[in-house]
Amino acid sequence: MSLNEEVELLRNIPLFAKIEPSKLKLLAFTSERLIYQDDQVLVHQGDMGDAAFIIIDGTASVTIDTDAGEIEVAIMGKGDVVGEIAILCDVPRTATVKASSKLTVLKITKELFFRLVNEFPQISIEIMRELAARLERTNAQLRGALSRGSGS
Amino acid sequence: MEPTIYRFILRYSKREQILLLIMTGLSFPFLYLSLDLPKQIINDALGAKSGKAFPTTWLGFEFEQLEFLWTLSFLFLVLVCINGAFKYYVNVFRGQLGERMLRRLRYILFARILRFPLSHFRKVSQGEIIPMITAEVEPLGGFIGDSLALPAFQGGTLLTILTFMFVQDPILGLAAIALYPIQMYIIPKLQAQVNALGKQRVRAVRALSDRIGENISGIGEIHANDGARLSLARFTTRLDRIYDIRFEIYRRKFFIKFLNNFLAQLTPFFFYSIGGYLAITGDLSLGALVAVLAAYKDLSAPWKELLNFYQRLQDAFIKYEQVIEQFDPPGTMDAEMQTTEPESVPRLDTPIKTSNLGLVDDDGVVLLESVGLTIPSGQKVALLGPSSGGKEALTLVLSRLQPPTSGQIAIGEHDLASLPEAVTGRRVGYVGSSAYVFTTTIRENLLIGAMHRPLSEPERDDNAMSVWRKNLADARITGNSTDDPDADWVDYQAIGVAGPDALPERLMELLDIVDLRDDCYVLGLRGTIDPVARPDVAERVLSARRAFAEKLKGDPALGDLVEPFAADRYNTNATVAENLLFGTPVGAAFTADTIAAHPYVRQTLDSVGLTDDFIKMGREMAATMVELFADLPSDHEFFSQFSFISPDDLPEFQTLIQRIDRGGLDPLGEEDRARLLSLPFKLIPARHRLGMLDDAMQVRILNARRSFAENLPEELRVSVAFFSTAAYNAAASLQDNILFGKVAYGQADANARIGVLIAEVLDGLGLRDTVIEVGLDFNVGIAGSRLSASQRQRIGIARVLLRRPDVLVFNDAVAMLDAASQSRVVAAVLRQAKDTTVIWTTQRPEIAAAFDRVIMMQGGQLTADGTPEDLKREGNSFHAFAAGA
Repeated sequence: MSLNEEVELLRNIPLFAKIEPSKLKLLAFTSERLIYQDDQVLVHQGDMGDAAFIIIDGTASVTIDTDAGEIEVAIMGKGDVVGEIAILCDVPRTATVKASSKLTVLKITKELFFRLVNEFPQISIEIMRELAARLERTNAQLRGALSRGSGS
Repeated sequence: MEPTIYRFILRYSKREQILLLIMTGLSFPFLYLSLDLPKQIINDALGAKSGKAFPTTWLGFEFEQLEFLWTLSFLFLVLVCINGAFKYYVNVFRGQLGERMLRRLRYILFARILRFPLSHFRKVSQGEIIPMITAEVEPLGGFIGDSLALPAFQGGTLLTILTFMFVQDPILGLAAIALYPIQMYIIPKLQAQVNALGKQRVRAVRALSDRIGENISGIGEIHANDGARLSLARFTTRLDRIYDIRFEIYRRKFFIKFLNNFLAQLTPFFFYSIGGYLAITGDLSLGALVAVLAAYKDLSAPWKELLNFYQRLQDAFIKYEQVIEQFDPPGTMDAEMQTTEPESVPRLDTPIKTSNLGLVDDDGVVLLESVGLTIPSGQKVALLGPSSGGKEALTLVLSRLQPPTSGQIAIGEHDLASLPEAVTGRRVGYVGSSAYVFTTTIRENLLIGAMHRPLSEPERDDNAMSVWRKNLADARITGNSTDDPDADWVDYQAIGVAGPDALPERLMELLDIVDLRDDCYVLGLRGTIDPVARPDVAERVLSARRAFAEKLKGDPALGDLVEPFAADRYNTNATVAENLLFGTPVGAAFTADTIAAHPYVRQTLDSVGLTDDFIKMGREMAATMVELFADLPSDHEFFSQFSFISPDDLPEFQTLIQRIDRGGLDPLGEEDRARLLSLPFKLIPARHRLGMLDDAMQVRILNARRSFAENLPEELRVSVAFFSTAAYNAAASLQDNILFGKVAYGQADANARIGVLIAEVLDGLGLRDTVIEVGLDFNVGIAGSRLSASQRQRIGIARVLLRRPDVLVFNDAVAMLDAASQSRVVAAVLRQAKDTTVIWTTQRPEIAAAFDRVIMMQGGQLTADGTPEDLKREGNSFHAFAAGA
């Protein structure tokens, strides 16, 4: 896949939809494109994070280690962004991300990510939207869990 | 050492100096004859004196006039040749003598440094000592050659001429030397002032080099603390000082010169006035006056030489004196103790007994106070205590690195103080807290522990042998070392192996003890070997290459990790330059930075018609770079990481592209074309993904690759080691030889996964030890700068264990290591040294637990002596220290 194709793909991701093509080109050019084999780990829960990943092809599973064992909380696919929380809030990785097929990602370093956020407020809004959606999802799960817990 | 330079000269070169004097004396008659003969030619042969009749008789032979002229002229030519030969021979002899004495002096000085008491190095710095041996004594060599012969020759000449003048007329003779007494009185007085300044200058220059040395040693601190301005200001003060002194010296020197010249010019005044008066009154013939004037002219040359010599003499006196006074500190060891090989080296596996041991440093601080201690042979003793409590001092004294100020150390029946270094340096081992690593390979750094004397002659061919014989003869004449540095110095017996073949195995054991095996493995993979010298290793690496390729082929998940080199395939993970070269560059001709500009590379591109395409590609790349990076600040890290163009060059490329957009590529000058042409060489399709190298272009570059290899001129063949599936590449590392390809971009954790694969392959073939051995040949850089502090320390420990001493002294030797390795290394060393007496200082009580006996040193005194169990028991000073630490 050439740089221009990557740029095209990035433009179809809501997060980057409003960014001018030349900036996306810089983003693509300065980001490493990595291929993970099935089951290879992208990020480990508890490690310090220095990069976020945009999935170009394939799927990844997001799991959380709990006292009760490993719980899969989401499956990510083409166009999804993973690993951004750790670099946004400077906290250790909150979940483990693992390739669940042959996976191609674009690795965006923390520095580049913040540069983009600073330059393009649209990105911040998109990220807020995404995070709010996840929060809502989590709340729903929590409600479900609580009602199940009180029911038993 | 001889207190003055003349004593030194007489002691070591009396015979040569006398020979030189004799030769000088012998040259006088010929010199005289060559001066006399022209007079004879003019007066007798040409018949200037009228009434000469031919044939004439000369020296019993009869000559016609022309014959006589030819004969005398020929004789004159012979004399000129003889004089020239004399001069040449005397000069060469003098030069040789000077060089020999210089080399002797330097050797003596260096040998003395090796015998200085260690405490002396706290007072003098490298920066002061080094220029003394290198620069300061250099002029002495030239002076020594002249020291007797020059004054003799010039003095003789002077006397001859003076005699001639006195014969002509005593009064005029007197007049000629009338001012000499004044010169001989005033000039030494003036010279004395210059000498005093000269001494100051020598000291000031030493201080300057000391300053430079200190700044180099502390360069990190200067950067880290923004200290450059202070350094520069202090350096300026030193320069000021030297400038003032030197300028003062010049002023005075030139004043002396002026005075000399003035006095020399004054004498003719007497000739004209007094001589003229005598000539007018008729007491002196005019001819005699002219002769005296001419003679006086000849006189001034040797007199000037003598005065000049006097100044050099004074200079040499100061230089010599100032150097040797620095090389005679109290406590310097006898040469015998250091370099004489004893008849036998006794074992020291006997109890150590110290009595009333005391050590006071130069400032009067008491480091050890009446320490009485008996350590049975084979005991393992831990010395605990606060730093500067005396435990470090005790280890230095016990290993004879520092003589005690009072008391004695007996090892069995031997008094430690009287044992030569050949015994203490072989049977006692000492490792300090930061071991020094020499600028050579790891292997040699280990073996240096067992290299005390040459043990077997090296093999030399006839040529090398004659060179060695000559060097040896010179070394003998000049009192230098006659040991052969190329001999095998390794004492295999001390190491406990039969010979060189068994050495690697023992070295591996040592690497295990100090945990260096894995480090050497990593270094070995990065290392290179000479396949001609080690064909067996090269062959096994090739088998590893095949096995690695098989492994990659066998598993599709692994297959993507490495893109192998193939002569007929374009490697998308390599740069265009690498694809074109298809080999490893050797030397500077085809490196990443130089290849694009190399004439042969340009010629190759021309011949396959790629030049214009490369320029077009370069334009496209430049346009992309300008588009991507033009908005970024010039210090942005992306430039160094990603850009093909440096931020400084970017604006120029920007205007270049605008020019091309307007006028096309054709009107470009050679410089611009070269600029654009160089860009595609750095392109890696798999990494940069610019989509510029389509399949057709790749095929054309492969054509260029073939053309490059086929037409490569003979003289460039050494500049590249081509890739070949079946051949070992001498210019590439072991790892690159095994990979035989490029690590693919974009494969997550590729390097780690490849590392595991290579290790599997090497273990499967039993090659790991071979790689470690290559790692042993890793050059550690200046003072081990390419190793970590902990690696250096481990080498220091292994170096001492190698020769199996009877007494091992470790002074905080593992403090540099991380906590886990500290205990591991201590345990491994103790296991290795089962029958050896071990004395180990440490700050950490948990390390002391592994020893037989624990001794506490506080305030220079032995304050507690017990077992490791006492550390845990409450109510003693061990426990107090352990709890405090």
